[in-house]
Amino acid sequence: MMTLQEQNLSDNNFESCIKCTICTIYCPVTAVNPDYPGPKQAGPDGERYRLKRPYFYDEALKYCLNCKRCEVACPNDVKIGDIIQAARIKYADTRPSLRDTMLCNTDFMGGVATRMAPVVNFTLGLKPVKFLMDKMLKIDRRRTFPKYSPVRFETWFRREAEEDQKRFDKFVSYFHGCYVNYNYPQLGKDLVKVLNALGWGVRLLNHERCCGVAKISNRCIDEATRDGENNLRAIREAVARGDEVLATSSTCCFTMRDEYPHLLHLDNADVRDHLLLATVFIFQLLDSGKAKIVFRDDYRKRVAYHAPCHMEKLGWTIFSTSLLRMIPGVEFIPLMSHCCGIAGTYGFKKEYYEYSQGIGQPLFRQILDSGCDFVACDCETCKWQIEMSTHVPVLNPISVLAEAIDVEATVASNK
Amino acid sequence: MKFDTIIIGGGLSGLTAGIESARAGRRTAIVTAGQSALHFWSGSFEFLCEQDSREVIERPLERAARLDPSHPYRRIGIERTERLLGRVQPMLAEAGITVNGSLGRNHYRLTPMGFAKPAWLTLDDYLAFDHPNEISGRQVCVVNIYSYLDFYPRYLETGLRKLGAAAMSREVNIPQLDVLRKSTTEMRATNISRFLRDDAVDALAREINRVSAGTDMVIMPAILGMFSDEPVKRLRRGVERPIYFVATTPASVPGVRCQLSLKALFNRLGGTYLAGDTVLKGDFEGTRLRRVYTENFGSIPLEADNFMIGSGSFFGHGLVATFDRIFEPVFGLDLNAGKSRTDWYDKDFYAPQPYMAYGVVTDDRFRPSRGGRTVENLYAAGALLSGFNALREGSGAGITLATALAAAEELTR
Repeated sequence: MMTLQEQNLSDNNFESCIKCTICTIYCPVTAVNPDYPGPKQAGPDGERYRLKRPYFYDEALKYCLNCKRCEVACPNDVKIGDIIQAARIKYADTRPSLRDTMLCNTDFMGGVATRMAPVVNFTLGLKPVKFLMDKMLKIDRRRTFPKYSPVRFETWFRREAEEDQKRFDKFVSYFHGCYVNYNYPQLGKDLVKVLNALGWGVRLLNHERCCGVAKISNRCIDEATRDGENNLRAIREAVARGDEVLATSSTCCFTMRDEYPHLLHLDNADVRDHLLLATVFIFQLLDSGKAKIVFRDDYRKRVAYHAPCHMEKLGWTIFSTSLLRMIPGVEFIPLMSHCCGIAGTYGFKKEYYEYSQGIGQPLFRQILDSGCDFVACDCETCKWQIEMSTHVPVLNPISVLAEAIDVEATVASNK
Repeated sequence: MKFDTIIIGGGLSGLTAGIESARAGRRTAIVTAGQSALHFWSGSFEFLCEQDSREVIERPLERAARLDPSHPYRRIGIERTERLLGRVQPMLAEAGITVNGSLGRNHYRLTPMGFAKPAWLTLDDYLAFDHPNEISGRQVCVVNIYSYLDFYPRYLETGLRKLGAAAMSREVNIPQLDVLRKSTTEMRATNISRFLRDDAVDALAREINRVSAGTDMVIMPAILGMFSDEPVKRLRRGVERPIYFVATTPASVPGVRCQLSLKALFNRLGGTYLAGDTVLKGDFEGTRLRRVYTENFGSIPLEADNFMIGSGSFFGHGLVATFDRIFEPVFGLDLNAGKSRTDWYDKDFYAPQPYMAYGVVTDDRFRPSRGGRTVENLYAAGALLSGFNALREGSGAGITLATALAAAEELTR
C-alpha cells in the first residue's frame, strides 16, 4: 500500500498549475468539442486524481490532438500536453485497434504501398474502397489519402545522388521521414538541390526508421520506443562524424527532440541540439554569412505561410518565414497561427473527422481569403489537410527555395 | 538572428514598448514565456487610487506630484508621465480597444464584490461612473447565467443597494449553453464566450429583456467577445436597456481580447512575437548587453542594439524566490530586496508586505544594473521595477504603461 505522500508524486510538474484556464482558451479542441474536458482538466487537474486512483482516468483524453498549444500558452511552464499523452499511455485500458495499428505503422504500410504505388493510389481513391474502409475500419470516407510514390526517396538518393555528394567537403545528414520516403520524394530532392548549391553535401542516416509520432499518439509505445532507440543510434553515428542532422518535417523534428525524452523516456540530451529543421540550418548559414544564396529574377509568387502547431512549439516559425521573405519575388502573407485540425492520423478517423474539419475552419477561411498562389508550411499532414479542404496547393519552404533559387549563380557565389 | 530591439516579456509592458518601437521602424522582437497577466485583467487600468489604505485619491496626477521622489512617476517626472500616458488611449483604440477616463480625475468602477473603486481607464462597455452616488435611485437588474459560478450577484446586489440603487438579481438560461454543463468545472467565462455568438446572443438578449423588464439598467458578467467585440455589440443592440459588464473570476474574457488585439497590432506594425520561449541568459561586453540565448533557439543567439525587460514580478516569474534568496533569473540583475527571509514579509497579513515593493535597481533612465554597474542598453519596465506597492496604491497599470513608454522613447531615440 502506497502512503499518501507517494500517491502525490509525479514525474511531471503538474503541481505548478495555478488553474488559470489560459491553456483551455487556446485549445483548438475545446473550441469545437464540448465532450473534451479541456487541457487544464484533462492535464494537471486530472493528474491529481489519477495519481490517487487510475479509476479517475477519463476516456475523453483521446480527443487531445497533442498540438501542444496549451504548453505554448501556459504562464507556468506546465507540460500540459505531455501530462495528457503520458496519461493516455499509462491508463487507457483498450488496446490500439487494427485501424490505429495500420495507420501508425507508416514504415510497414509505406514499404508495401510503394511497391504497388499505382495500384494502391488508384484503389485508395475509389469510392467503394473508401466506403468499405469507412464501414469496416472507421477511416472516414471523406478523407483524401496522400499518394504513394513508385520510387522511394532512399532508392532515388542511392541511384542518382549519393555518388555526386562525394565532391563536397562538408556534410549534413538528412532525416527524411516516412512522408518523403514513401509519398513525396520531391521534397528530399529539393533539399539536396538547395544544400548542394550552398556548398554542402547530404548524407542519409544509417537506417532511419519512422520518428514514431503516429505510434505514440496511437499508443503503440513499444514499437515507438524501438524506432526511437534505432533513430537515436543513427543520429549519434551522424553527429559523431561531425554532421548536423536535418529534418524537413517540423513534427518529426519535434518528436525526436522533445517527445523522445518526455514520453518515451529516451535520453537524447547528447544529440538534441544537433537535430534541426532544415530551414533553421539554412537560415543560420545565410545569416552568419557562411553561405550565399541567389534567387531567380523571374520568380514571382504570393505566398501565405501556415505555422504548424509543432513548429510553434519548437519556436522556429521565424526561421522558415525569414527564409521565404529573403526571396525578392515573394509577396509574403502571414496567416494568424491556427491549428489545421488534422493532427496526423487523428483526422483520418471517422469519429474525429468532423472535429478535425471544424478546428481547421478558421485557417481554411484565412487561406481562401488571402488570394495566395500557394501556402508554405513545414508539416506534411497540415499539407494534406489544407490541400484537401481548400484546394490551395501547399509547399514546404525548402521546395519554395528550390523553385526560386538560381543554382548556377548560387554555386558561383559560394566558390 | 539580429534585431534593433529585443523585448523580454510579452504582456502589457512588452507589447506597449514593442508597438512603439515597431511603429518607429525598429526591427523589434518580443520573447515571451507563456501568456501574460493581461489574462487576469479587471477591465480597468489604475494610475493612482489610494495611499496608506485611508486616502482615496480623486485627482491622481496632482497627487502623484507629492509621492516620494523614489516612486517611478516622480523618477519619470510628472509632466513627462502625463505626456507619455497620453498615448495610451490612442494606442488601445488603434488596437481596437475603447477605454474611457482621465488622469486629472479618477472615475469609479464597480468591482465584482459590489464596491465602487477608483480607476483611471475603464473599458467602454463596463460600468463606470463619475461619482459613487451616481446610480443612487436607479433600478438595476443584475443578470447571471444559470449555473455560472464565477460571478456573485448577491454581493453586487448588496453593494449596489449601499450605493443607493434598487438592485435585484435574476438568472437566465439559453439552450445554446446547455452543452457546457456536461462539465460544471469548465463553466468558465472564457468557455462560455465561445458559445455566445450569432443567434445565441440574440436568444440571450431576449431572455435579458424578459427578466429585466421595468428596470433602468442591466449589469452582467463579462462573458462575451473573447476573440472579437462583435458579440458585445450585438448584445447591446438587442437589449432594450443600457447594459454593462462587471469583471469575473479569471481568466478574463476582455483580458484575452486586449492581449490578442495588442499582439495583432504589434504584428501589423512588423514586430516579431516569439511565443512560448524563455530567455535563459545574456552575453555582456563590458556594460553592454550584446545578445541573449533562449530555450528554443539553443545555440543561435538573438542579437540587438537595445533590449528591454518587462518580465513581471513574482507572478510573472520576472522575480524568483526560493527558500533563502530572491533573484532575477535572466541576467541576475541587482535587486532592491530584503536580505533575509524574515525581512520579506510582515506576519500581519493585512499590513503592507515588503516583498510587494521588491524589484530591480535602476538608474533614473530605468536601466538596471549588474554587479553594481548599469547596463547601458537595457531598460526595465513594469512590475519588475522596485519601490512601489502596486496592489495597495492601485498603480500597477499606470506604472507599467508609463515605464514601458519611457523605455520606448529610449529604444527609439
